[in-house]
Order: sequence, then structure tokens, then C-alpha cells
Amino acid sequence: MSNVVKPEANESRSETLLREIMSGTPLRIGLSALLAFMFGAIFMAAFNQDVVDSYATFGSDPMLTFQTAWDTIVNGYTSLLTGSIFNPNGGDAVSMFRPITETLRLSAPLILAGLGVSLGFRVGLFNVGGTGQILMSLLGVTWVSTRMTMPWGIHLIVALIVGVVLAAAWGGLVGLLKAKTGAHEVIVTIMLNYVALYLYTWFLREPSLLLEHGGGGTPKSDPPAVTAQMPLLLGPSFDLHIGILIAIAAIFVYWWLMERSAIGFRFKMVGANSHAARAAGIKIESTYIWALAISAAFVGLAGVNQGLGQAGGLTASVNGNIGFDAITVALLGGSRARGVMFAGLLFGAFKAGGPSMQLAGVSPEILGVVQALLVLFVAAPPLVRAIFRLPKKEAN
Amino acid sequence: MAKVVVTPGMFSEREYKASWKTPIVTGLFALLILIDFGLFGKNSNVNFQLSVKGDAIMLPNAVANSETINLILGITMLAIAGVSVLFTLGNKKTPVWLVLVYGLLGAVALLAWLAAGAVVPTGFILGQAVALAVPIILGALGGVMSERVGVVNIAIEGQLLTGAFMAAVVGTLTHNLWVGMLVAMLTSALLSMALASLAVKYLVDQIIIGVLINALVIGITNFLYSEWLAGSGSDANFPGTFPIVKLPFLSDIPVIGPALFEARVTVYLTYLLVPLVWFLLFRTKLGLRARSVGEHPMAADTVGINVARTRFWWVTSGGAIAGLGGAALTIGNVGAFGREMSGGLGFIALAVVILGRWQPFYVAASALLFGFAIILRIWANQVSPGIPTDFITMIPYLVTLIAVAGFAGKVRAPAASGQPYIKG
Repeated sequence: MSNVVKPEANESRSETLLREIMSGTPLRIGLSALLAFMFGAIFMAAFNQDVVDSYATFGSDPMLTFQTAWDTIVNGYTSLLTGSIFNPNGGDAVSMFRPITETLRLSAPLILAGLGVSLGFRVGLFNVGGTGQILMSLLGVTWVSTRMTMPWGIHLIVALIVGVVLAAAWGGLVGLLKAKTGAHEVIVTIMLNYVALYLYTWFLREPSLLLEHGGGGTPKSDPPAVTAQMPLLLGPSFDLHIGILIAIAAIFVYWWLMERSAIGFRFKMVGANSHAARAAGIKIESTYIWALAISAAFVGLAGVNQGLGQAGGLTASVNGNIGFDAITVALLGGSRARGVMFAGLLFGAFKAGGPSMQLAGVSPEILGVVQALLVLFVAAPPLVRAIFRLPKKEAN
Repeated sequence: MAKVVVTPGMFSEREYKASWKTPIVTGLFALLILIDFGLFGKNSNVNFQLSVKGDAIMLPNAVANSETINLILGITMLAIAGVSVLFTLGNKKTPVWLVLVYGLLGAVALLAWLAAGAVVPTGFILGQAVALAVPIILGALGGVMSERVGVVNIAIEGQLLTGAFMAAVVGTLTHNLWVGMLVAMLTSALLSMALASLAVKYLVDQIIIGVLINALVIGITNFLYSEWLAGSGSDANFPGTFPIVKLPFLSDIPVIGPALFEARVTVYLTYLLVPLVWFLLFRTKLGLRARSVGEHPMAADTVGINVARTRFWWVTSGGAIAGLGGAALTIGNVGAFGREMSGGLGFIALAVVILGRWQPFYVAASALLFGFAIILRIWANQVSPGIPTDFITMIPYLVTLIAVAGFAGKVRAPAASGQPYIKG
């Protein structure tokens, strides 16, 4: 995908430049974000309790409604910022800087799983199986971290490896089915999501397997051993743990893999044109298997982060819908390492800002709408172009 | 003119080879039931309740030994697997009705094993399975209509959720459930129009659009639920449900009568829509054109069929049916709308489309399989706790996986499903 715009025969240099800016990706993403937040603001204002109350007097005092609506919007988005970046009213340093650390903490799994889904996209595969791969990773992580005793450090590494390997195997299975039988990966991954969910729940239900000691009816495990938990980065007053460092490392690995390595080149070639790749002697079948296994390995890291990044007992809900959020991260990030990082940080900030919006009296669920709209606009360039009447990008 | 028999070999030079998948899978499950439930099963009586108080015709309960039933059923199922082997040896496909009979026997075997020493409320389980299957069937019918013209519809989940929300809210506000149902269908159809125009006109990847529409609908309904319905608008979420209508005579049939013919209007509409969609697709000119668009859009275009328009309207009307499925969740079943109440039924519908081979009747049968599995888990948890119900719930998903893996040489998806068509 190149953004090169061919100059048309009868236009001046400045016109070409303008067209280049207008049809380029940064402007489009900017406009998409503007639109998404605007729609979010409309929703936020229209259904707010105070605004709804003011509808009664709309005939006599319409300004009251508009004022209340405006206050709601400002209040909502301000509390999103103070909840996710910096809280000037925090009082002490810990409360002031806590929001940004929360954003980093919550971004880590989104970036990790987002990288996994992105890798699939680059090979022309749609990995909707994030949920299942995270659950399989959690299965391994829970086993190692609650049923085994190991020294500090080694315990974490072993849990991480087991989780990633299980997730990769779960993803590789999809690749195998696709390569051997032609089954579509979207359907297979969705089915495997449910199989993994019920498998993990069963493990958590069985006292001889993963059920917490003295546990009863609810499928829940013991908390992960202290030796296996992710070490905190900034001391006990912040929850930020080394998950974000794993995410940063994964970004570099992903970049190297896709842009510099031979296997990445093979992946991209199959993604660009599988027929041409086959004609050039690339084995499509094994490429699918490896691509889905490595994609799932990245997603599995998100599962490790979810399992070991907290001190409570594990349940199936620990997967936190990250498998599906990762799709939006990958789409917004354009499947590039840098893009996925920014997209992950943005949606991590959305998650971090939620509680503060709730306190401010605005339902943080609105961010789900903003998130979906933003990605919809970015993924469907014709839509934004039609709305803003942007010039069309050249076909070649 | 002599009637032409269409065979898989007609259109290709390649020799047709029957797959060994069906005989192997049916054989393995039959052995599992014969050995695990039969030979080493539970030696106590199981009591199939065939009538409840108030039924027109009272039948005595059918009581039998759990082990004995499973031995007989296991041997019968093994025999069906044997027949399937014969079919495959003769290079023929095992007929679907045989597989359906097999599935039914398997369900009875599972019930007989689960409820050893207890009573099976046969009518209740059947009725609940149908009620649970209705939204899945309607969602899957929408999916069939859209995939038959070559548009993959991942957004069934979003359409169900939209239908459920609109039916509940509009039904409450207008005090008329019929209006609620109609608006649910209309909104869901509008959502489908968005999917269709983005996919058909703007050529955006259909799967991506579907996933994003789901995310958008989940986002909007979650927001409206928490900000409005759970707060100031709580009185906008009490629609009530359609009354239960007893069909005369039909509801007097023992066992299946009360289960199938004492239901709400949404269920009856489903009974009508399944054959209707089948008839439209396979017996009318309209359906033939639609299918040709899904199989080979360029050929359809060449003979003068408007590919874009056909796709647009089929996807849109499919959306209306999926919206009815959503309405069946709220005003056709529980009443009020709940947060993310479709809970993955749309993804099950997606599986059902494939398991049912893009054919409305098989789709309905597959949806019943899922409905049965869901109610069985709920019921089994009550009757005999300690049974790993997670595995029972897993069965339909595994069956779908097995069905999807290995369509090569068997019935396959519409050839152009998921591909945009650029006229040129």
C-alpha cells in the first residue's frame, strides 16, 4: 500500500501537494477520530440524565438544554483525560501520575494481541480466535502458576513459555485445518473460541485440576503464586508491571519479523498474492500453519499478561474480551508495529479512563461506540471520503 | 423433455470421491455411546415423562433401564454408521436424513444416560430447545440469504442485538408489540443495508465490516442500556411478551404438541419462514438468479442480472429476518432487554449456516442441535450436578468444526461468497 499520488496532467504543483495531503493516511485518521468523538459526544449528551430532564423546558429555555449538553460533553471527555493521562487534582504525586501508568498497564495486552491479529492480516488471514488463544494460554499459565512451585523468576518464565506454546498450538491447529482441508479460518477460530472457553471452564471446575483449594461451585483457580506474578515496575503504589516491557519487546520482535526476516518476507508475499507466491515456490500450506501459530503466540503473550498481571484467583472472564478488541487495534494500527502501538495505547487509555468517567456521571460505555466508529471510519476509507468529499486516491 | 438429473460430476472432469468423514465420525460416537453409556453405563431406571397434567391425551411415562436403552441405541447407531460405510464404498454421500436420525438417537442416548434414576421432562426439554433455537434459526436464515448471493455476514450478532433492543424499547413506548417487532426488523434491515452498500458498492472487506458492525452495535446498546434503560429510561424496557397461542388439534398431539404448538407468534413465524426462504431460493426464478450471483457473479452479469442490486436486496431482507430473531429474544421470550443479551447466538448462527449447508431446512435442524445442547446443560446441572456439562455444551461446536473441516469434494459454500464483484 503506497501513498504515492500521481500528478495529473493538468494540475499545478501546489494542487498535487494538496491532493497528496488530503488523500494521505494521517489526515484521514485525524478526520476519522474527529467524527468518532463527535458522534460519541452526541450520544453522550442526548441520553444524559440532566439533559433528558431539561427536555421538559426545551420550549421555554432551549439554551439550558444546549448548555447542559455541552457541559456533559466537556465533563465526559475531560474525565477521560484525567483518568487516563494526568490528574491535576490528584493532590499527591501518586494520584497525579497514576492515570498514565494505568493506561500503560491496560495497553500491554491490547498491543500484544493486536500484534498477533496484525500478523494474520499481513498474511491475508483473519484471526478471530484471539479469545480462544488467550484462554488456552491462560490454561497453561494457571496450571504452572498455581499447581507448581519454582524459584522466583524461573517460575514466571516457565509459565510464560507454557502459555505461549499452548496458544501457538491452538492457533497452529487452525492453520493445519485450513491448509489440509480448506476450512475457513474465521469459522474455525470462532468455533475453537467456544471449545477453549468450555475446556478452560472445565479445568477450573475440577478440584483435581485447577479449582481453588476449598473452592465450591464457581469455576475459579487459586491466585497465581507470588513467584510467578509479574513484578511491579514502579513500586507498590502503582499497579504497572513488566507486562508493558514485554509488549515493547514484542513490538520490536514483530517489526524485525515482518520487515527484516526471511520468514516475514514469505508471509507478506503470501498475503499480497498467494497465487504468485505459490508460483515462486513458496509452500502456502506450511506458511499458513506457521503464520497462525506465530500470530497466536503473540496473542498468547496477552493471555500471560492477563493471568500473571494480577494477584487474584483466575476465572474465564480474565480474558477480558481482548481477543476481539485486538481486531480493532490491528485495523486501526494498519497492521504495522508502530500503528499497533499507538492504537493499543489509545484503547488502553479508553479502558483506564472508564472509572473516572463513571465517577463523573458519564457512562464509559460510550467509549465502545467511539472505538467502533473510529475503526469503522479508518477501515472504510470511502466512507470518510464521502463525508468530507475528499479526493479519491489514485488506483495505482 | 427428459428430466435432467444434476450430479456433482456434471460440471467437472474430476472424479467424485466420497469422503470417509461421516462413517468414521458416526462410528466413533456410536462406539462411545455403546461402551461408555451402554456396557459401562448406569444400571438404574430412567423415566421419560411423555405427558404433563392438562394434556388432552395422557400417556403413561416410559420407564426403562439406562444401560439397556443405551445398548440398543448404541447398536442402532453403529448400524447406521455401517450403512454409511456402505454408501461411501459405493462412492455415494450418506443421505442427510440418515445423519439426522442418527443425531436424534444420540440425543435420546445422552438424555437416558444423564437422567439415570431420574425423570426426563421430555416435553419441557423439547419446547425449550425450540424456543432457544428460534433466534438462531432466524439469524442463520438471514445469513443464508446473504451468503447465497455472495456476501459473508459476520454481523448476525449485531443484527440480533439490534432487533432485541428495538423490539423491547419500541414495543414498550408504543404499547404495541407488533410495531416493536416491525421496527426491529426495519432497523436490522437498515444495518444490513449499511453492510451491503459498504461491501457491494465500496468493496470494503466483508468480514471486517461485519466485525465492526458487531462492535458498534454492542457499543451502542451497552451505552444506551447503562445510561438510559438502567437509569432514567427504566420504564422504556417493559414490553411484555406476545401471548402464548395454542394451535387447535395440533397442540393435542402427545409430546410434540405442547412443545411445538403452544408457542408465541415469533415461533410460528419461524415455522413459516424456513420453508418460505427455501422455496424462494430453490423453486423460484428470483432464487435461481440470487444463487447464480453467489456462485458466479460474472456469468450472472453476462446474462443481464444486476449483481449489485441482487446482493443489496437479498442482504437487506436477510437482515430483516435476523431482526425478527432479535425480537424473538425479547418480546418473543423473556420480555425486557438485557446487556449483550444475544450472548454469542449470532456466532452460533454463523456456524449453523455452514453446518446446515446453506439450506434452510438443514439450517433449522442444526440450530435445534445447538438449542438442545444449551437446554441440556442447564437442565443437567439441576438433575445431576457433577457431570462435566462443559463437554456437552462443546459438542455442537465440535460437530461444526468437523463439518467445516473437509468440505473438499462435498457440499461447499457458494463459490463467490465473500468476494466483491467489480463490473468491468
